[in-house]
Amino acid sequence: MENKIDVQDFNFYYGSFHALKGLTIPIRERQITALIGPSGCGKSTFLRSLNRMNDTIAGTRATGEVLLDGQNIYAPHVDVTELRHRVGMVFQRPNPFPQSIYDNVAFGPRVLGMAGSKALDRIVQESLEGAGLWGEIKHRLQDPALSLNPGQQQRLCIARAIAVKPEVILMDEPCSALDPVATLKVEELMRILAKEYTIVIVTHNMQQAARVSDFTGFFWLGELVEFGPTAQLFATPQAELTESYITGRRG
Amino acid sequence: MSTNPSLAASDTTEESAPRPRIGEWIIENLIRLAGLSTVVIIGLIFLFLLREGGPTFLDIPLRQLFGSRWYPIEGIFGLLPLIVGSLLVTVGAVFIAVPLGLITAIYLGEIAPPWQREILKPLIEMLAGIPSIVLGFLGWVALAPLIQNAGAATGLTAFTGAVILAYMSLPTIISISEDALYAVPKEYRDGALAIGATQWQTIWRVVLPAARSGIVIAVMLGIGRAIGETMAVMLVTGNAANIPALSGGMIFEPVRTMTATIAAEMGEVAQGSLHYNTLFGIGIVLFIITFAINSLAGRIVGTRGARRTGGKL
Repeated sequence: MENKIDVQDFNFYYGSFHALKGLTIPIRERQITALIGPSGCGKSTFLRSLNRMNDTIAGTRATGEVLLDGQNIYAPHVDVTELRHRVGMVFQRPNPFPQSIYDNVAFGPRVLGMAGSKALDRIVQESLEGAGLWGEIKHRLQDPALSLNPGQQQRLCIARAIAVKPEVILMDEPCSALDPVATLKVEELMRILAKEYTIVIVTHNMQQAARVSDFTGFFWLGELVEFGPTAQLFATPQAELTESYITGRRG
Repeated sequence: MSTNPSLAASDTTEESAPRPRIGEWIIENLIRLAGLSTVVIIGLIFLFLLREGGPTFLDIPLRQLFGSRWYPIEGIFGLLPLIVGSLLVTVGAVFIAVPLGLITAIYLGEIAPPWQREILKPLIEMLAGIPSIVLGFLGWVALAPLIQNAGAATGLTAFTGAVILAYMSLPTIISISEDALYAVPKEYRDGALAIGATQWQTIWRVVLPAARSGIVIAVMLGIGRAIGETMAVMLVTGNAANIPALSGGMIFEPVRTMTATIAAEMGEVAQGSLHYNTLFGIGIVLFIITFAINSLAGRIVGTRGARRTGGKL
């Protein structure tokens, strides 16, 4: 099993606030890696460091290395748009653009100049199929994306992310705004997507981490307390802090 | 009601309870009066306009009314040169102000670092505070000579008026479209950037379309400001009530707008004459044009809003 992303001694600062402290984490290829921990522990910050979305926040600084296929994404010459093409992202709240369903999925291929209009139709269909949404909406592709329900919107965002054929998909609490049925659908989808994509998911929900992930990392106050195969971390946590958190005594 | 404090304090339950209700009643009716008076005044203005301007459309044959000669002294009242004058100046102003205003708003809202925004925004608001006649004066002493030197027969042209009007409507267009851009949720930008879109692609394909209705309102208000402006335009457009020959250079010829005509001739006209009525008739035409622009804006924004929610949500 290969490491798709290797994070080595990574630190992140918001101004003078030291948000991430010396993180070293391996992200395995075509596996689901879950990051758990209490609010404000830095797991979302860490996730947004993997495609440099934190660049959009003023006054932030990063040290250490994040190696994507062996290349440091924080090296000076790196093209950030190219990086985000390879490392896609799905956000906490579904954020489809206020455009048609079709245009939402076609957005990425269009801006990246990936396809002409015929090939575009195929990419849109494949992406919607990949997100398990095609059957529900194939007759209403020109409807506004905001007319979908939240669960469908989130799967549309997943379709939009996979339309540009990324290698890694980052998911920032993708189910926190969804009801249990929609959550279940997204979780099933993640298992299917993991056959093709490397997935990193941040979640508040420990059951979700236990259900869907192959590896789990536990964050506490900007540090990685424990990392290991999910079954092992939940069954026999090594650190006392991990045990008290996953059993609900702390957090 | 008693004004004696001791009395008012003594019977607390029966006297003081109704008092706030009376206050309430007064305030409610004052507010209602204010609201109704607006409607009544607008109605009266319209009636007055109709009464004074109505004869224009009855007494002057339509063919002459929409003819191309405006010679009130000879009794020839063709409105076409004035309408063309207003259109040339306004459309010219829109062509200058809309791109410039939008680009400035995008720069302010999306690209400029905060310290620049803090300097630029008050400056732009200050531009809105400059009296229009001062801008007209500037056009007269600074812009007109430039245009004449560039080769026009005179510096006082439709183009000069258009530039002045553009700068007059710019603050409106900039600040309202910047508000519209600001209202676009950050999530949309994040979504586009996370796919690998550049900042410009994000602005062009996601932020601007999402802010479209606000931008349309900004443009319409800007046009509204431009078409009704009188004094500055009167100073710099040359005030010639003729239709420039249809050509590429027509914008560099003197024109006269509808508003300038009313302002220039109202003082000399005999009250009750046909000329007098016609000036009010021009007012009616202006009113109709402005009303059409406003309802068009309302319609564009309205259909957009309906499409966005898609009926279900």
